[in-house]
Amino acid sequence: MALPQKPSKANYIWRMFANHAATALAVVSTILVVAPLVAIFFYLLYKGASSLNLNFFTKVPAPVGETGGGMANAIVGSGILLALSSLLGVPIGIGAGIYLSEFGRGGRLANFVRFTADVLNGVPSIVMGIAVYSLIVLPQKHFSALSGGVALGIMMIPTITRTTEEMLLMVPNAIREAALGLGVPNWRSVLAITLKTASPGVITGCMLAFARVAGETAPLLFTAFGNQFWSANINQPIAALPLQIYVYALSPYDEWHRLAWAGSLVLIVLIVVSVALVRYVTSRGVLKGAS
Amino acid sequence: MERGNSAMTDHGFRWLMLICALTIFAIVALIAWELFVRSQLTIHKFGLSFFVKQAWDPVNGNFGALPFIYGTLVSSIVALIIAVPLAVGVAVFLTEMCPKFLRGPLAFLTELLAAIPSVVYGLWAVFILVPILRNDINPFLMKTLGWTGFFTGPNYGIGMLAAGVILAIMILPIISSLTREVMSAVPHTQREAVLALGATRWEMIRMGVLRNARIGIVGSIILGLGRALGETIAVTMVIGNRPAIVKSLLGLGYSMASVIANEFSEASDDMYLSALIEIGLALFIVTIIVNAIARLLVWAVTRGAPPRVA
Repeated sequence: MALPQKPSKANYIWRMFANHAATALAVVSTILVVAPLVAIFFYLLYKGASSLNLNFFTKVPAPVGETGGGMANAIVGSGILLALSSLLGVPIGIGAGIYLSEFGRGGRLANFVRFTADVLNGVPSIVMGIAVYSLIVLPQKHFSALSGGVALGIMMIPTITRTTEEMLLMVPNAIREAALGLGVPNWRSVLAITLKTASPGVITGCMLAFARVAGETAPLLFTAFGNQFWSANINQPIAALPLQIYVYALSPYDEWHRLAWAGSLVLIVLIVVSVALVRYVTSRGVLKGAS
Repeated sequence: MERGNSAMTDHGFRWLMLICALTIFAIVALIAWELFVRSQLTIHKFGLSFFVKQAWDPVNGNFGALPFIYGTLVSSIVALIIAVPLAVGVAVFLTEMCPKFLRGPLAFLTELLAAIPSVVYGLWAVFILVPILRNDINPFLMKTLGWTGFFTGPNYGIGMLAAGVILAIMILPIISSLTREVMSAVPHTQREAVLALGATRWEMIRMGVLRNARIGIVGSIILGLGRALGETIAVTMVIGNRPAIVKSLLGLGYSMASVIANEFSEASDDMYLSALIEIGLALFIVTIIVNAIARLLVWAVTRGAPPRVA
């Protein structure tokens, strides 16, 4: 750092100017970042709320040209897909997290698994879609809700694994030792003591993963495929909210655009509520029982 | 008896958890294997020339992925050019300047940006962003920067620039939240030392914080790049979906992810399908490499490695 020999007036003014300019730039960039967010929410509310009505939640899509119709089947379909994906993703994710924190801690295998989880987290969702397509849809020769659930479930695993591991690592060792000292078998100590203590944090991780896959469209394009009618059969193509929004947004019909806005509003409310819930829970202290 | 049982269940439990952990590894391996096997046709027929050819002619079975690679790269670079300064600005503001009562809500807002689904970004881009670009921003760019050749040609509204802008909005939160994390990891003594020498706040940030955190910041930028390369739905909705290489950013393009999204379900013959899956394989490999580099860089800073003082 080269300081001038004699602090000159010009130098002082320049430094103060740079300081204020930097502050101003930081403030401006923050405003520029928040602006699209506000704009997106404004338009969602403005365009979505006016199109939301009871029909939206109770009717299936109307044929082209007819007004009315809703996305009831897509909402139910998304629910089924998310239930399937949670059934797959949550147990495996938590199990892997337990392994990383309780059994493999510091080992080479654990580091490798952790790294693989990060890599899996970065795999583009469309690639996940074609991989599951060739794994499940091609051998079965038909699209199905099941394959969509598998694709989403795989995408949940890395987030859940990493948060579970982080949360379990925050549990003090004294609690584990106390349980083992009382003669509790290790597996019970892990499940009933360690995991239980960290459960608010672990649930947070599951909710974040859930919120992330709830809005995914790309992996469903060639797996769940979408469906204009009621279907709760997991062996058949099934409608999903994000898929329906995608199709409707690209259609040339105003009526469908309206429904796409309404669907987006429903989707975003679902996601924002779960994220806000997560934030509320975590801000109240993740490990209340432990510390 | 009791003890023997619980020792066995303990062992079983340990194995079960290990299997869960290994599943993650198995999934990644399986994805790679499936993509590799299903793209054998084009890998054998075209070899590496697949990635440098411009032709995309499903009818005659002639495939080259260059226009898609070009579209993906250009839209991602545009996104980074827009997003990086803003993301670093937000991170600087939130960690170093922001009054305490604003920090929580603002951090929450930027996190919310990350929670918005891609399809909602796409919807917003199609109906709000594209008209703004077409009516206001693009004519302005054509008038002032038209001489560079990057802003010429017919003004559709959709195109590379629209894709870049929406990508920038989407990758902002990940870059800014990681940059914030890295900046908070810089020890306070660094800041105090610079301040004690009489530095202004900006000089403190520049010399004490940004310089120490630069490796991690580069890592977070690369992670954002990884996200941008693989983003599908929002890009598909605004990039124009035409397999051509055009210098102008206002021109229509196509990206690797969006060609898969658009054409996969109509790919009738095996060669066509194989070509699309090979594009997926390339995308998979590239994002893995990009993510691995980024993670290593971020880890190097946040994992207690002593920050470099230059």
